[in-house]
Amino acid sequence: MFIIKHKKIFLSISATLVGLSILSFFVLGFNVGIDFKGGALVEVVYVDERPTQESLNEIVKPLDLGAVLIQPTGEKGLIIKSRDLSEEEHSALLQTLSMGKIDALTETNFNSIGPSVGRELTRKAIIAVVLVLLAIICFIAFAFRKVSRPVSSWRYGLIAIVSLIHDVIVPIGLFTIFSHFYGVELDTLFVVAVLTILGLSVADTIVIFDRIRENLKEEENISKTNFQEVVGRSLEQSYMRSIATSLTVILVLLSLFFFGPVTTKYFALMLTAGMFFGTYSSIFLAPPLLVLVEEWQVEKSKK
Amino acid sequence: MILILGSGVGLFVFKSEARLNKNFENQGAFLKEHPFRLGLDLSGGSHLVYEADVSGVPEGEVADSMDALRDVIERRVNLFGVSEPVVQIQGGGFISGSVNQLIVDLPGVTDVEKAIAMIGQTPLLEFKIQAPEGTPREVKVGADGKIDLGTVDLGPQFVSTELTGRYLEKATLDFDVNTRAPIINLQFDEEGAKLFEKITGENILKPLAIFLDGQSIIDTTGDGIIDNRDFYAPTVQGKISGGQAVITGNSTPAEAKQLVGRLNSGALPVPISLLSKQTIGATLGDNAVAAGVKATIVGFLLVALFLILWYRLPGLIAVVSLCIFIVIMLALFKLIPVTLTAAGIAGFIISIGIAVDANVLIFERVKEELRLGRTIVEAVNVGFSRAWLAIRDSNISNILTAVILFWFGTSLIKGFALTLGMGVLVSMFSAIVITRIFLSTINFIGEGRVARFLFSSGLSK
Repeated sequence: MFIIKHKKIFLSISATLVGLSILSFFVLGFNVGIDFKGGALVEVVYVDERPTQESLNEIVKPLDLGAVLIQPTGEKGLIIKSRDLSEEEHSALLQTLSMGKIDALTETNFNSIGPSVGRELTRKAIIAVVLVLLAIICFIAFAFRKVSRPVSSWRYGLIAIVSLIHDVIVPIGLFTIFSHFYGVELDTLFVVAVLTILGLSVADTIVIFDRIRENLKEEENISKTNFQEVVGRSLEQSYMRSIATSLTVILVLLSLFFFGPVTTKYFALMLTAGMFFGTYSSIFLAPPLLVLVEEWQVEKSKK
Repeated sequence: MILILGSGVGLFVFKSEARLNKNFENQGAFLKEHPFRLGLDLSGGSHLVYEADVSGVPEGEVADSMDALRDVIERRVNLFGVSEPVVQIQGGGFISGSVNQLIVDLPGVTDVEKAIAMIGQTPLLEFKIQAPEGTPREVKVGADGKIDLGTVDLGPQFVSTELTGRYLEKATLDFDVNTRAPIINLQFDEEGAKLFEKITGENILKPLAIFLDGQSIIDTTGDGIIDNRDFYAPTVQGKISGGQAVITGNSTPAEAKQLVGRLNSGALPVPISLLSKQTIGATLGDNAVAAGVKATIVGFLLVALFLILWYRLPGLIAVVSLCIFIVIMLALFKLIPVTLTAAGIAGFIISIGIAVDANVLIFERVKEELRLGRTIVEAVNVGFSRAWLAIRDSNISNILTAVILFWFGTSLIKGFALTLGMGVLVSMFSAIVITRIFLSTINFIGEGRVARFLFSSGLSK
């Protein structure tokens, strides 16, 4: 199987991707949304014409709302982001925006989140991520509890986790790029996406490892040389399936991205990336790693 | 083949959506009672989160005072005439820490300022005394110039006193040591004590009615709603001075507990502050619904096309079982009912992809068995039993994630986790039971080359 033969190439592709993602994570950083840091978001649509950006900045300034970000959206829409607003500040802002005219605009969305709610959500998100990770590690340990030669079971688990980390880091890296250039914000859905990727990607890796184990069982006398062949054969048997299933999920995700509600657009994109790299890693990363580990083992025992 | 009938039944449940059926009015009551329940982000409305400051409440009574708080706010929200408002307590758990929050969802209410004012207002707890005999009654005059007798309220009449909830410090619940009957203790402040002394002194052996926001404080007729026929008025036994009063008598412990909660709500049992608020315009919600439906249909068509082109006959069967999967899911959404949000729809769409996953696993296995020279029937049977382990393993991690996400909390995430988790479970059922039955019923097509072609896939011959 060519993937096993050229394992070094694929492993370095993955390593590069992870490296780049981490780099962009630190260089570009995130736009943290109001879900987590608190703040207010007001979305209005003007009935007639939208005032110019400068005039809006001018009239909003005296309201003393701190750093206010005004973005045009759609043809006549406007998104205003600021610190969290009280009821009075909110209605004052709306009055200012409508410039004294009645029915000049309609408010389509208003969301104000106090900083304490944001902090609480952040805490919850961290707990959820840790819990999912723990649960998945437990599950992997359970799934690979039966020792299989020549690579011991906990190494399968470890490799599954390595590819899991790969599957999460690369989409996050992609997200930081979107976050930087398109102003996409890190919100609750982002955390959900990460957690869902964890679930989806580990499933894929486990199916392929299952196949390897099954084939290993059938081989009565495993000599050290044909471990590679067994892995290669297992891959050959299961890679079509992996691609086919991910393709179906990616198809629905893409339709969600292109046609779905605005709120879940980037959520879908994030998941698409996660699905893609999840499949990639379960074919091009985890099995080559497994072979590599086996080779190290053999070398060690020779010494 | 019986399952085709099953899918037909599922489709009937699906018919219970008003928007899809012009003659909806003619449908049975069962269908009418099960529309899709849309979340706020889809239906438009207001979402408010309050924090309750329970620092002044003894530890053991926090839950009780939160319940009382919810009761009060629920009652105020109901005055709005909103359909299906949701008032729920969140907090006190391991995940959410020690924060006690109250979440108020008001579908269709976009005037958030009015809503906030109404919820935050001080409720009016009033003590009313019986009006003297001969007090003129309010009557309406009908169109024919005569008194409209239907509007005449012949019950006892009450007039307001100066005593209101402002003077009530607290109400507590006790039980009589001997009879175990509930006793309600009232504690008035200094000014209230004087007023109470005066009122009781003037109304010995007369009823003293207690009203909350203009209505009877509790449901005394036992019909579950508080209306004009309800009326709660203990009789004054004697002049009471010192600001301490007890109400004894014929109430049940549950009723007494409710009464205490409501008496205390005269001033909200715990102070609340607004933490966050969100208003979603109705048009935005409608757009999101339309987009969600469109994405589901397009996603389904793409997957169906892929399955049929790649897996041929089994692919077609998978599409049929996928249809059944979708119908079952939609029926469950209606029957449970699941509140659908944009994230929930996303979870559902993803579960369509996952549902295919199990089918693909089975087909690939069947194909392999065919290559090994088995007959089609054998290959189907062996393929199923081998694929089962992989299906189970790959779904467990998804279920784990869904469960933890559901636990994680906020309504947005719950919607996603619920639809995804349900999707994974139902998809296992649809792949293993439905696809299998379909596949095993088509063994009549024999072993010819055409049959083999139909069962293989992709680029292989």
